[in-house]
Amino acid sequence: MTHDDRLAWVLALPALAVIALIALFPIVWTIWESLHLHDLRMPWRGHPFVGLANYAEAATSVRFWRAMAHTVLFTAATVVLEIAAGLLLALVMDRLSRGRDVVRTAILLPWAVPTVVVALVWRFLFESPSGPVDDSLVLLGVSSPITWFADATAAWVPLVLADVWKTTPFVALLLFAGLQTIDPSLYEAARIDGASPARQLTDITLPLLRPALVVAFIFRALDAFRVFDLIYVMTGGGPGTATEPIALLTFNALLQNLRFGFGAALSVIVFAVSFVFALACIRIVGRDALAERVP
Amino acid sequence: MTVRRMLTALGMTLLLALLLCPLYWMLLASLTPESRIFGAPALLPQDLVFDHYRALFAGRDFWTPIRNSLFVGGATTILSVGLGAPCAYVLARMPFRGRTLTLAVVLATSMFPQVSVVSPLYLLLREFGLINTYPGLVLPYLTFATPLTIWLLVAFFRQLPDAVEEAARMDGAGRLRTLWEIVLPLSWPGLASTAILTFLYCWNEFLFALSFTLGPERHTVPVAIALFRGQYQVPWGEILAAAVVASAPVAAIVLIAQRRIVAGLTAGAIKG
Repeated sequence: MTHDDRLAWVLALPALAVIALIALFPIVWTIWESLHLHDLRMPWRGHPFVGLANYAEAATSVRFWRAMAHTVLFTAATVVLEIAAGLLLALVMDRLSRGRDVVRTAILLPWAVPTVVVALVWRFLFESPSGPVDDSLVLLGVSSPITWFADATAAWVPLVLADVWKTTPFVALLLFAGLQTIDPSLYEAARIDGASPARQLTDITLPLLRPALVVAFIFRALDAFRVFDLIYVMTGGGPGTATEPIALLTFNALLQNLRFGFGAALSVIVFAVSFVFALACIRIVGRDALAERVP
Repeated sequence: MTVRRMLTALGMTLLLALLLCPLYWMLLASLTPESRIFGAPALLPQDLVFDHYRALFAGRDFWTPIRNSLFVGGATTILSVGLGAPCAYVLARMPFRGRTLTLAVVLATSMFPQVSVVSPLYLLLREFGLINTYPGLVLPYLTFATPLTIWLLVAFFRQLPDAVEEAARMDGAGRLRTLWEIVLPLSWPGLASTAILTFLYCWNEFLFALSFTLGPERHTVPVAIALFRGQYQVPWGEILAAAVVASAPVAAIVLIAQRRIVAGLTAGAIKG
């Protein structure tokens, strides 16, 4: 080891030790825990090894599969809407000649506000029977107000809208930064060749924006998949368990029912799905898209 | 051409109005008496009532969660930047064996779903009697704050021109002195961006604070608001007043440090 090598490790070690101790070690512990029966309500049952029993319980549980389906659908809906709306916002911002700072500040506000606040405000806006949203619907001619949070399907509308409202700014800022890296002379040349604005969008902007789009997609999808705060506060997973995502099911198994073995198995599943998804994304889109992100 | 520019500006203004409307509504409703809170929409408040705020601070002692959030967020930010800066410097500017792997691990940890480490952290904190204490929140917060600060600072340290460090080395300064006297002072904008973003994530964090605190004396602001209950019905006025109070510091930070935040977000491209 050279002198620089040694110094490098000395400087890096404290932070890496912390990461190993409080992030990596817990993951290993969770995996170990998931192979055991561990019920804090029934300490007399001890802590026996049960193999894959906790995973088998999850796999045969209807509630688990429904929570998975909720999470996947929520992720798909929000990511698609956020990327579409974020792209639109970024393109408009790019056209602005003045006032970009004002726009940036304004769109950062929804992003920066705590998710708990977002959940409460949107719940308030949709709260039946005479909330602002219902009032607007009546104005639009929809006569019978919808009881948003009592309906298993309708309850998703405020959830998805609130998430899109909060996170579109993040996507827009990422894509806007991507737009800034496109050489303006390309558009100049396209105009001279008579390419329409639509052609310019599909043939110049979108291909060159691909790396930024991919990064936005991966980060948003991973984030939406672990959705917890928003749903816990807005619907509590209800009505019944109609909007329960996998993170909420896991949280309830752990801290409501104190079933640490089963909860750990659910945790491992969430972790594994995220991990495999991230790896698959990097495989499919190629490293090039992420390469310029990795310093 | 000017017509098109005006249309763009008009469209943008409308879009922003739509975007900010929920926040404006929250502010307005928090100043409206409970009886009229679900009333017909009015663009301007008729008479401002501060009852909800008074009830919040006098009746519920909302200062306690604010103090808890400030302390936990501040301590986590200081610790993670203090730990992360030397590590990030190494990863950004010193070629050593295992660098790429270390970076990959740091990135992977920063993308962990929080819920997947709740159970071991809970058992660990319980073992050491740290449930419902400040360290019992700061330690879990470091699980996301440390990788986040490292990742952001690596991006910022990379932006420094090599010439700066070479000049320092020519003058006979060692690595440590270069880091302390040249790199850190020159990277203060990056350090500021990182600290601001880390604090924002801590201020907004919910899952860990909900899992590892038990009573109102240790609840952070998001947990306190989420667990608001009225005796007979949802106390919307107070909830929205609390939401305004929780958002005010964040809004102030955004207004003051908008450029720093955007620099951090796009440099690190991390989390939502």
